[in-house]
Amino acid sequence: MIDIQNLNVVFGHGKQAFHAVRQVSLAVEAGQSFGLVGESGSGKTTVLRALAGLLDGVASVSGDMTVDGESLQQQRSKSFRQRVQMVFQDPYGSLHPRHTVDTILSEPARVHRLDRIEQRVVAALEEVGLDASFRFRYPHQISGGQRQRVSVARALITDPRIVLLDEPTSALDVSVQAEVLNLLMRLKREHGLTYVLVSHNLAVVAHVCETLSVMQNGAIVETMSVQQLREHNSTMPYTRQLLTASLGYDRGAIDAFEEFGS
Amino acid sequence: MSILALRSWLLAEVPGSKSQARCQRLFIGWLAFRRNPVAVIGLLIIVSLILIAALAPWITANDALELDLGQRLQPPGSEHWLGTDELGRDILDRIIWGSRITLYIVGLVSIIVVPIGLFIGIVAGYLGGWVDTVLMRLTDIFLAFPRLILAMALVAALGPGLENAVLAIALTTWSPFARIARAEALTIRNSDFILAARMQGVSTAGILTRHVAPLCMSSVIVRLTLDMAGIILTAAGLGFLGLGAQPPTPEWGAMISLGRQYLIDQWWVPTMPGIAILIVSLGFNLLGDGLRDVFDPKSGG
Amino acid sequence: MTDSPLLSVEDLHVTYHTPTGPVLAVKGVSFELGREKLGIVGESGSGKSQTGRAILGLTAPGGEVRASRLEFQGTDLLHADKRTMRRIRGGGISMIMQDPKYSLNPVMTVGKQIEEAFLVHSNDSKREARRRTLEMLRAVQIREPERVYRAYPHEVSGGMGQRIMIAMMMIPEPSIIIADEPTSALDVTVQLQVLAVLDDMISERGMGLIFISHDLNLIASFCDRILIMYGGQVMEECRADELSQAKHPYTRGLLNCLPRLDGSQDELAVLRRDPAWLDIREKIS
Ligand SMILES: Nc1ncnc2c1ncn2[C@@H]1O[C@H](COP(=O)(O)OP(=O)(O)OP(=O)(O)O)[C@@H](O)[C@H]1O
Ligand SMILES: Nc1ncnc2c1ncn2[C@@H]1O[C@H](COP(=O)(O)OP(=O)(O)OP(=O)(O)O)[C@@H](O)[C@H]1O
Ligand SMILES: [Mg+2]
Ligand SMILES: [Mg+2]
Repeated sequence: MIDIQNLNVVFGHGKQAFHAVRQVSLAVEAGQSFGLVGESGSGKTTVLRALAGLLDGVASVSGDMTVDGESLQQQRSKSFRQRVQMVFQDPYGSLHPRHTVDTILSEPARVHRLDRIEQRVVAALEEVGLDASFRFRYPHQISGGQRQRVSVARALITDPRIVLLDEPTSALDVSVQAEVLNLLMRLKREHGLTYVLVSHNLAVVAHVCETLSVMQNGAIVETMSVQQLREHNSTMPYTRQLLTASLGYDRGAIDAFEEFGS
Repeated sequence: MSILALRSWLLAEVPGSKSQARCQRLFIGWLAFRRNPVAVIGLLIIVSLILIAALAPWITANDALELDLGQRLQPPGSEHWLGTDELGRDILDRIIWGSRITLYIVGLVSIIVVPIGLFIGIVAGYLGGWVDTVLMRLTDIFLAFPRLILAMALVAALGPGLENAVLAIALTTWSPFARIARAEALTIRNSDFILAARMQGVSTAGILTRHVAPLCMSSVIVRLTLDMAGIILTAAGLGFLGLGAQPPTPEWGAMISLGRQYLIDQWWVPTMPGIAILIVSLGFNLLGDGLRDVFDPKSGG
Repeated sequence: MTDSPLLSVEDLHVTYHTPTGPVLAVKGVSFELGREKLGIVGESGSGKSQTGRAILGLTAPGGEVRASRLEFQGTDLLHADKRTMRRIRGGGISMIMQDPKYSLNPVMTVGKQIEEAFLVHSNDSKREARRRTLEMLRAVQIREPERVYRAYPHEVSGGMGQRIMIAMMMIPEPSIIIADEPTSALDVTVQLQVLAVLDDMISERGMGLIFISHDLNLIASFCDRILIMYGGQVMEECRADELSQAKHPYTRGLLNCLPRLDGSQDELAVLRRDPAWLDIREKIS
């Protein structure tokens, strides 16, 4: 479904140039979920944005990307925009503050000239567990979890095959996180969606994905199955460190942490 | 619908339609605006100005051009509340008719300035790169000239007259709006909802008009109301210099200009239109301050 | 805990008078803070941030703060004048805000902003400020402090933004730090390393920390004591190491809906809220 070969992303030019993603290759089967974990600033979001074609004018991107049999050009095609959608990390920043939920949800349908926009909007809201009373509210009138549901609904309107999830729950509290994760799992089952999930929460990745890659300093250092992750069965010291860290705060263990990469 | 029902419709937790959601936003904005008494005074001044201009034919005795040389330079009194000028015209009547000209200038300038400034600003801010450089240098050129002098030069080239004065003012006023719109667009373009719109496949034109422009609009409107005083003063200045509206048009600046020779002995002739300019400028300023609070993004409106 | 608390809060209320009616954000919260790490957990909207902001007098306009006591080392924060408050903010108590990207000035470089925070509370030279800034950036585990020093807020990743905020708040060396979800955008390792930085500074200098988070595991392992908030009230208070034995159904619900690394991909339990939780407390008080 998704095939990325030797992706490189460089921000800026000349002396200021910053190589944010180095030689990243990954492949995701249709209907599978793929996790990207790694430390902050390791380039996870940048990989997603490069795939989504959101970096033109900001960074120079090189490498081969194929999605659903379509080899991606600089300019993404309209059908790509319909098939690939994204949910952003920050539910407060990803909805336009002056648009109602209705406007937010009908815009993609209108852009792609879909029919029955009204029904689609109502159906998408229902799909994410929001009743029709949310339709004409503004983002500031709904909670963070509800906003993230609206983001998910917006991504679903065009009936995509692939959804890119950039830390979809890290701004949400645990009770809402459980609701959103359940929602994502249900949609995946019912629509056969393919996910690429970026998260720094190993438990979330283990809950949603089958395979994951660990990123560090812009490069992928290890790719493993979630089963291996659960069994703490990793060869890379960096991954083992991530696993230790996900057990909670332990002042002693932290001193043993190594600096990787730099 | 009773007032109460209307109120509960406007404050309903759950808006039932797009128009209700919109009305609610306006109403909540109004509730916030109403809390600021100074801003309400500003609004009242502007509303009265509009009413006075609209009702001019009914509240004045004549069309403010009629001469009555027997009544020259009468002081304010029961017959002529604000006195008469050197040609025996009632000053109050002339101020009332002049309010139409003031509104005309203000309206025309806004219609020209806001779209130009907004367009140049958001295009420069959103697209960035060389487009930004070119547009902003252009803006800087206009910004660098003192407004009145540039307007004078333009009017001198185009010939005196109200329309040319408006055009000159508009050409010298748009640049700060472009600056403001650009600054807003610069912060907006990095936000996630713009990325989300691009992800959706919305075209650049669509993003500029539907996503960026509405967010820049509020600061532009605030700036416009705050700038109104300056616009009125420039118009009056041009009128005073004989470059704007031509006599016998009752334009306030021209009235001061013609009346200034009587300042010592018949002070009311130039002073009354001056007070009118002062009050209206103040009104716009107070209104602008109030709007700024309402539009503050943190207030959620 | 030492005998005299750094901060005492008694019956704190925060009410927002909005055009559409009053919003009770905090309803009668009381606690004391010594030289310790106090955690506040609770779901979104439970009033955690509002509690923190009220202490510093940073309640948004339109908000009214009432308390029978709000004292920082003997200073009454409710009735302090502007100058005292300015001195306390940053110098005495500082707050690491929840959303770094909105708290940082988008058109000023990161380095300049941290320097400014330092210079407000000291009269060292610009050069010293720069040195301290770079040192602080290094202390919060930023790899290339020189690059980040020159960067604008939108050029750094989410996690770096949060570390920059931490550096900015730590640099004036306050005696209480209120950290509002300071690490929720960080990956696990860096999160712990940043917390270790906080932890060390706190124990070295004998500071107090109020740590606001919705990450139960983290709070349980990091803090000494925990307040669990719901609907603007404290539901339960317990020692951090006893969180797993908490009794209140709300706390239990929060614990149950966490996905677990060793768990399966089944449906997660979702929290069922009971309005009675709030009523009971109201009747008691
Ligand atoms: N617009 C930009 N200009 C310059 N550098 C950038 C830009 N966006 C990101 N970077 C840099 O690229 C690197 C990777 O950033 P990215 O956002 O992909 O990290 P991430 O892995 O998603 O981290 P996090 O978990 O903190 O979100 C960072 O070092 C960041 O500073
Ligand atoms: N400026 C404001 N005007 C009106 N109500 C407000 C304002 N700020 C906050 N509130 C309300 O106060 C309540 C508590 O908010 P607070 O920010 O303290 O929640 P929180 O526990 O920090 O949640 P989160 O985990 O999402 O940060 C919420 O219901 C919120 O809607
Ligand atoms: Mg990221
Ligand atoms: Mg909060």
